[in-house]
Amino acid sequence: MLNFSLDTRRGSFHLQVECAFASDWTVIFGPSGAGKSTLLRLLAGLDHPISGRIALDGRALTETAMGLRIPPGHRQTSLVSQQPALFPHLTVAANVAYGLRRLDGTARKRRVGEMLDLVGATDLAARRPQDLSGGQAQRVALARALAPAPRLLLLDEPFSALDGVASDALLVRLQTWLRDNKVQAVVATHDATDALATSADVLLLRDGRHTALGPAADVLASERDRIALRLKVS
Amino acid sequence: MDLQAFALSLRLAAVTTAILLIISVPLAALIALGRGRWLAAVEALTTLPMVLPPTVLGFFLLVLLGPRTAFGRGIAALLGHPLAFSFDGLVVGSVIYSLPFAVTPLVAGFSSVDTALVDAARLLGAGPVRLVSSILIPLARRSLLAAIVLSFLHTIGEFGVVLMLGGDIPGATRTLSIVLYDQVESFDYAAADHTALLLLGLSVLALALIYSKTRNHGVGRA
Repeated sequence: MLNFSLDTRRGSFHLQVECAFASDWTVIFGPSGAGKSTLLRLLAGLDHPISGRIALDGRALTETAMGLRIPPGHRQTSLVSQQPALFPHLTVAANVAYGLRRLDGTARKRRVGEMLDLVGATDLAARRPQDLSGGQAQRVALARALAPAPRLLLLDEPFSALDGVASDALLVRLQTWLRDNKVQAVVATHDATDALATSADVLLLRDGRHTALGPAADVLASERDRIALRLKVS
Repeated sequence: MDLQAFALSLRLAAVTTAILLIISVPLAALIALGRGRWLAAVEALTTLPMVLPPTVLGFFLLVLLGPRTAFGRGIAALLGHPLAFSFDGLVVGSVIYSLPFAVTPLVAGFSSVDTALVDAARLLGAGPVRLVSSILIPLARRSLLAAIVLSFLHTIGEFGVVLMLGGDIPGATRTLSIVLYDQVESFDYAAADHTALLLLGLSVLALALIYSKTRNHGVGRA
């Protein structure tokens, strides 16, 4: 269960949201500039709100009134952005192992193997990030984020470089794995088909304010009709 | 050639460069990645020795480290000798004087590392020390090389601070630059030629090393 009440500003942009995500898979849907990435960065602890609170399963991660700011890396929260941001001087395996410092060598190697297998990138282990395609890099970034066993996975349009079929197949595997490992996921997207493809709760975000939260079929009814109409016309 | 002065210059440059590395890497990381307006003051203070006339800096240090101030008397009591007109005093002066030449390339190098990589490392649990050692230094290794070489060369070539703070004591504070000055003052131009050529050769060699590394490793990294 993820609860947050956040108020922050970036220049003229003002984000003010208060929500509780109970679903295993919640989609934050909104146009570019709605505040999706800002919200995910706040949840990840990379940025700090002017005021607010974030709690995951009852544990406060951010509580401005008490001056509490658990740093990223200690919040059991991972973030995968559109830009994979793989460390260019490390191999794929070393990238995935970066967050596994506390494990001994054997356990670390096994975990890296499991994660690469999950995202279908086992054969890429020895490669350098600069030798990967955009889609491969996004798979590796996902494996790296999952390796430290987070409780909360934040995905910021993470499959934009994957083609539809590959993206769907990975999504199915990922959702099963997250469910089995009791990891809550929050996915930001501006693509209504992505949001409608999963039986998820959807938070509708516009101009830094949340305008609706509920099942995708209800919240995105107008978007679904618009897509259906476009398909009919074409 | 004054081998004693040559050895002293190399020792002074090596000790100064080692101390500067220890100070500059965390300081540059703080300036490059930190937030807060007070960092502008830190950066300005770090850069100050670059624009301050060396003789002025040497004079300030001479007064500060001499018996006129409580600080200077305290240091003298602690070490058993005053810092002014000693090798240790030269090291202190050189570290301050060459600080911007170590910090500036490192700040530039660390700042050029993609912030998304820094965020990714932090999300994976990297604290400041690991962030610097496993991400910033490997990705800005040529900036680190530049900082080492520039600090070393700048210390080898310094004159004003050395003369003001250390004087001209053979074996203790007489460096190659002071020897060159003495040789010119005594019209021994032949010897001055050799000393100047040696200083020039060192500089060219070190700069060639930096630029060869830059060319060999292509572009895209600081």
